[in-house]
Amino acid sequence: MTHLAQNAADPGALDILLWVILPYVALVLFVGGHVWRYRYDKFGWTTRSSQLYEKRLLRIGSPLFHFGILVVLIGHVVGLVIPNSWTEAAGVSEHTYHVSAVVMGTIAGVCTLGGIAILIYRRRTVGPVFSATTRNDKLMYLMLTAALVLGLAATVAANIVDDGYDYRTTISPWFRSIFYFQPDPALMVGVPLLFQLHALSALALFAVWPFTRLVHMLTAPLGYLTRPYIVYRSRDTQLGSRATRRGWERVR
Amino acid sequence: MKVMAQMAMVMNLDKCIGCHTCSVTCKQAWTNRSGVEYVWFNNVETRPGQGYPRRYEDQETWKGGWEVNKRGRLKLRAGGRFKKLITIFSNPKLPALDDYYEPWTYDYETLTNAPLQEHSPVARPKSLITGEDMKITWSANWDDNLGGAPEHGGKDVLVAEIADKVKFEFEQTFMFYLPRICEHCLNPSCAASCPSGAIYKRSEDGIVLVDQDRCRGWRMCVTGCPYKKVYFNHRTGKAEKCTFCFPRIEVGLPTVCAETCVGRLRYIGLVLYDADRVLEAASTPDDKDLYEAQRSILLDPNDPEVIAAAEREGIPRDWIEAAQRSPVHSLINTYKVALPLHPEYRTMPMVWYIPPLSPVVDAVRGTGHDAEDRGNLFAAIDTMRIPVEYLAELFTAGDPAPVDAVLRKLAAMRSYMRDINLGREPDSSIPAAVGMGEEEMYEMYRLLALAKYDERYVIPPAHAEQAHGLEELATECSLDYEGGPGMGGSGPFGEASGGPDPVAVENFRMLHARQTTDSLTDPADKANRVNLLNWDGKGRPKGLFPDSPGSGEAPPRELMDGTDPNAESEPKP
Repeated sequence: MTHLAQNAADPGALDILLWVILPYVALVLFVGGHVWRYRYDKFGWTTRSSQLYEKRLLRIGSPLFHFGILVVLIGHVVGLVIPNSWTEAAGVSEHTYHVSAVVMGTIAGVCTLGGIAILIYRRRTVGPVFSATTRNDKLMYLMLTAALVLGLAATVAANIVDDGYDYRTTISPWFRSIFYFQPDPALMVGVPLLFQLHALSALALFAVWPFTRLVHMLTAPLGYLTRPYIVYRSRDTQLGSRATRRGWERVR
Repeated sequence: MKVMAQMAMVMNLDKCIGCHTCSVTCKQAWTNRSGVEYVWFNNVETRPGQGYPRRYEDQETWKGGWEVNKRGRLKLRAGGRFKKLITIFSNPKLPALDDYYEPWTYDYETLTNAPLQEHSPVARPKSLITGEDMKITWSANWDDNLGGAPEHGGKDVLVAEIADKVKFEFEQTFMFYLPRICEHCLNPSCAASCPSGAIYKRSEDGIVLVDQDRCRGWRMCVTGCPYKKVYFNHRTGKAEKCTFCFPRIEVGLPTVCAETCVGRLRYIGLVLYDADRVLEAASTPDDKDLYEAQRSILLDPNDPEVIAAAEREGIPRDWIEAAQRSPVHSLINTYKVALPLHPEYRTMPMVWYIPPLSPVVDAVRGTGHDAEDRGNLFAAIDTMRIPVEYLAELFTAGDPAPVDAVLRKLAAMRSYMRDINLGREPDSSIPAAVGMGEEEMYEMYRLLALAKYDERYVIPPAHAEQAHGLEELATECSLDYEGGPGMGGSGPFGEASGGPDPVAVENFRMLHARQTTDSLTDPADKANRVNLLNWDGKGRPKGLFPDSPGSGEAPPRELMDGTDPNAESEPKP
C-alpha cells in the first residue's frame, strides 16, 4: 500500500509541469499539428519509402518493426484506456491479465526494437538511404527509439527483474484523467522512474509527431478494404492550381 | 448502357524510326526533376528486346494486372485488398532501381577546371543516387537496335514463348520499335491496387491520374501496373505516371509525345465505351478472345441510340461530334487495323498499335522479289511466321489470326495504292481480297499516309479553355526544378512541402530583382561556376574563365568589384 500513500502526497510544481502542462502541450501539438500539416502540406504527407534503394534489409526490418509496434499500440490501448474494473467484470483475473500483458508486451517490444535496429543500421550503412535521410528523420528516429527502449526497459525491469508493477492503478487513471479534463498529477508521483521517463519520452514523441514522416500512420489505408477498386473522379471544378476567389466560383 | 468518353491513342508502328524524340520531349516536360531521373513516362523499346524496366512483361515475376480465378471472377494478380494491406510494409514485388537502371550524370566540371596536363581530362560518370563514381552497365535503351541481342535477346519475355523460332543472327533477325506510354486503361489495375485511392480515372476523358496530395507512397500501384508505367519518385515519396499531358488535352492540344513525333505516327481521339460492360469484357475466360471483347465495348458514335445515351450521361455535343470524327475510332473499329498492347493483362488498355508490316517487307525485298506486289506480300505474311507470332504475343495474347488480317490489309493497301501512284488501272480485287471496298481502302490510306495535324489529333477542348492561359501555367510541374519553390527543401519538411507558388509570381519577382539589382550575376555558393543563362553581360564573373595556370594571381581587382556574393546563382524559370 506504499503506492497509495505516495499517491496521496501533494504534487509539487514540477509534477504539475510534467503531468498536467506537458501532456496538454503535447496533445495540442499532436492534434493541432496534424490539422495544420494536413492543410499546409498535403504533398509532404507520405511514408517517404526507401524501398527503391534497398529491399533486402527492409524486407525483414520493416514488417518486424511495424507489426511489432501495432501489437504494442493495441497493448497500450488496452492497458491505458480500459479500466481495471472492466477486465475484471469480463472475468479476466489480475494475474492472467498481468502475465499475458507482460509476455505479449515483451515479445512485441523485442520485435519492434529488433526491427528498428535493422532499419537504423540500414539507414546508416546503405549509401542512398543514408543520403536520403533528413535531420528531421534523425530526430524522429532518436525520439522513437528512446520511447521504445524506455518502454521495454520499464516492462523488463518491473516485471522480470522486479516482481511486477501495477500501472493500471496509477498511470492508466492518470492517462484517462487527462482526457476528462480533470488531470490528477498525484497519481504519477510515486511511479517508478523508468515508467515516468517512458511517459515523458512518449509525450515528446507525440509533440513532434505531426512534423515528421510518422504522419503516415494517421492515414493508414483502411478504407481500401471497403472502397470499390476503380475510383472515378470528375475534373476539378477549380481551374488551375490557385483557389478561386470567393464570389468568383464558376457557374455550373 | 452507361456511355463514357475516353481519350485514346493509336500508334502506327510502321512509321516509327526509333528516334526517341517523344521520350526526350516528354522527359523535358514532365520528368526532368530530381527523384524521377530514372523515369520515362514515354519510352521507345526495340523489339525483340527486354523493354524498360527489364523483363516487365514477365507477370509470373512481377504479378501485374488482373487474372481470372477459378470461379471466373476477375482478381488482381498480385493479390486482393487484404494481401495488399498485409504486405504494405515491404512490397514483395516492387522492381528495384537495378531493374530500371541507375541514373547518372557526368562530372563535366573537371573538363573545364582540370589543370593543364598531358592527357585530356575525363568526365567520369557519377551516380545520381549515391553521388559516387559508377560503372554504367544498363539504361533505358541499352538494347536499342538489337544492341547486344546475341547475348541478351533471349531474355525477351515474348521470345521465350516462341524461342525455337526467333533467331538473333544478323541475317535472320527482325526488329521494330515500340513506343510506350501509360495505357490509360478502362480497367486500371494500378488504381485498383492503390490503398489510398489516390489513383483515379477522370470521368470526363478517362485519363488516369495520381492525386499527388492523396498519394502516401504505399508503392502498390507500381506492382499493380503490368506495363510498369507507374513510377515511384524516390525524393518526394509519391507515385508518378504519364498524365496524357492533360493540361494540353484540356485546351485541345495533343500530348507532347504526339506533338513532337517526327514520324507523325500517333493519332489521338475520343472513343465512347460502355462502362457497364467493362468488367464483363475484362473477365472473358479465354485470353485470345480479349481483343474482340475489348473492341466490342467501344460504341459506334454514329449510332443514334449511343448518341442519345451519351447525351443522357451529360457528354457535350461537341465531344460526341469529336468522337464521330475520331481517327482512333476509325483505326480500331472501322478499318480494324489497330490492336491493343497485351490484352491478356485484362486492364483494357487504351493505347492501340498498328502492327508493323516492315519486317515482312524487308524480308521479301531481301530475297530480291518485288516487295510491293500483293502476291509476294501475302505469301510472305503466310510463310513468315516468326514476326507474325511475335506480334501476336504482343497484341493479341498469342492469336496470330487478327495480326495476320491487319498485315494483309496493310499489304493490300500498298499494292493497291502503287497501281494508282504509277498511273495504272486500280485493281478492285485487291481490297476485295481483304474484305474492304475500294473507297474504304483509299480512305484508310489517306488516314495512314496523308492525314494532317487536325485529322490525326481530334481533341475537343474540356470547356475550360482559358484556365491555363489565365494562369500562365504551361504544365503543372514547371515549378519543380532543383532548389525551386516546388522542390528541394523549400518547406520545413524537405522535399516539396507546402503549396506551390504560381509561376507568374515567381517570374515577376525574378524579373523585378534582375531589373533593380546593382550587382553582377555571380555564383555565391559554388566556386568557379557561372551559369551563362543567368549571366546578364555585366562584367566578368569569377570562374567565367579558368584560372590561368602558373600566374597564380587573382583576377584584376576592378573586375571583382561589385560582385555580390549573395547574388542569384541558379537560373529561375
